[in-house]
Amino acid sequence: MNKVKQISEAIVQLKWDEIAALTNEALEAEVPALEILNQGLVPGMSVVGTKFRNGEIFLPEVLLSARTMKTALEILTPILSQQDTPSMGRVAIGTVKGDIHDIGKNIVVSMLEGNGFEVMDLGIDVDTERFVEVVRDNNLQILGLSALLTSTMPMIEETIKALEKAGLGQKVQVIVGGAPVTQAYADQIGADGYGADAVAAVEKARDLIAT
Amino acid sequence: METRLSSTTKEVLISDKEPTILIGERINPSGKQKLVAALQAGNLELVRKEALAQVQAGADILDVNVGAAGVDEVTLLPQAVQAVTDVVDVPLCLDSSNPAALESALKVYHGKPLINSVTGEEHRLVKVLPLVKKYKTAVIGLTMDDEGIPNNPERRAAIAHKIVERAEASGIPREDIIIDCLSLSIGADNEAGLVTIETIGKVKAELGVNLTLGASNISFGLPDRNLLNSAFLVTAIIAGVNCPIVDVAKARPIILAADLILGRDKHARRYIEAYRQR
Repeated sequence: MNKVKQISEAIVQLKWDEIAALTNEALEAEVPALEILNQGLVPGMSVVGTKFRNGEIFLPEVLLSARTMKTALEILTPILSQQDTPSMGRVAIGTVKGDIHDIGKNIVVSMLEGNGFEVMDLGIDVDTERFVEVVRDNNLQILGLSALLTSTMPMIEETIKALEKAGLGQKVQVIVGGAPVTQAYADQIGADGYGADAVAAVEKARDLIAT
Repeated sequence: METRLSSTTKEVLISDKEPTILIGERINPSGKQKLVAALQAGNLELVRKEALAQVQAGADILDVNVGAAGVDEVTLLPQAVQAVTDVVDVPLCLDSSNPAALESALKVYHGKPLINSVTGEEHRLVKVLPLVKKYKTAVIGLTMDDEGIPNNPERRAAIAHKIVERAEASGIPREDIIIDCLSLSIGADNEAGLVTIETIGKVKAELGVNLTLGASNISFGLPDRNLLNSAFLVTAIIAGVNCPIVDVAKARPIILAADLILGRDKHARRYIEAYRQR
C-alpha cells in the first residue's frame, strides 16, 4: 500500500498512535505535504463522516479520528505554511449571549480543527457585539453560532441581524446549530447553513467555502 | 430529607427511605419533530397522549416543557399544564428557561409543583427563586453557573452549595430544593460519567438534599443507549439520586430492580407486580 493510502487508512482505522510516524515516513519519502493532506487525510475524514452518518461508527470514534488528523496536521502545517498553502478555511465559533453550554460547540471545534480548518473559539455567552467585532477584524469565511436553549436561540437571529446592520452580512457565511435549532429555523432567520451534528457542520463549512 | 409535591388529588413524597420517584421526560419537544410541529400549531393532543402513556407506564411526576422555535411559551405552557391535568392526576414539573412562562403556568397550577429549573447563574437565581418562594413550589437546581458546567466534582458541588444558600437566604426550605448534578455525554468526554457520580456523592453527603438527574445525556453519540442509560441510572441511584428524569417506559424496570436491591421495595411487591404486568 502506498504511503498516502496508508495515511488515509490510519484515519479511518483510528490509528492515532501511528499517524505521526506514517506522516513523517511519507515526508521522508518525499511525498508532498499537500498530497498527504488532500489525498490521504481529507479522503480519510470523508470516509469517517460517511460511516458516522450510516451509524457504523460513533461519536468517540469520530472524535478520535479528528484527533488523529490533527496530529498529522501539526506535522504538515509548518511545511504547508512555508509553501503558502491556504488552510481549509478560517472559522470563528461561539455559543450565543445568555447561553453557557459548550459541549456541542466544542465537539464542532474539534471536528473543524481535525479537518484542517483554522478555528477561533470565542467560548460561551458571547456578546453579539463581540461576534460583529470578530467578523469585522478578521478574515473569516465562516461564523458558527450555537445555542442549546429555546430561550437563547433568538440570539442567533439577533447576531445575524447585527452582522447585517454592521454591513458585514456578505463578509462571512453563518452556520447555526444546537439542540433546538432546525433547518427550518436556519432558513427562516437567513443563516447560510445548518449543522445537524458536528460532521454535518464540517461538511456544510466545506460546501459553503467551495461555492 | 423529604420533598412533598402535589396535584389537586395526589401527593408524591421524595425521600431516601422511599422507592425512587420517576419524573417522566417525554413532554419535551427537543429532538422530537412531530411534537415541535404540533406545539407550533398550538395542538396539544400529542401532549395529552404522552401524558397518559407515561403515567400508565408508571411515571410519578411529569415534566412539561413546550420550548421550541416559534412557540410562545408564556401562552402555551399554562395551556399544556391544563391539557395534562385534564388526563392525568400526578404532580407536574414545570420546565422552562423562561421565568415569565413559569409564572404564567404557576398561576393555573393547583397544588405544589416542581420548577425546572434554577441554576447558579446570577440572572436565573434572581428571577426564579422569587417564584419558588411566592408560589411555594419546589425547584430543581442545576449545577452550572455563569462560567458553564465545571468538569470536576468539587466545583460542581460548590454550585449546589451556592444554590442552596441563596434559596435558604430567600426563605425557601432546603427540602424544596432538588439538585441535578448534570450528566454530559461520555461520548465526548471519558470522565463525564465519573464526574457526575462523584458530584452526586458529595452533594448528598454535604447538603443532604434530594437529587434528580436527567440521565439520558450520558449516552449521546454512543450505541445501545438504553443499556448505558440503565447502568448509569443504577450507579446514580446508589450514589444518591432519588427522583431521576427518565423515559419511564424504558427506565422503570431497571429502577425497580435497583430499589429492590437497595431495600426500598418491601416483600419485592413493586418488582414482582411490574413483572406480572409485562
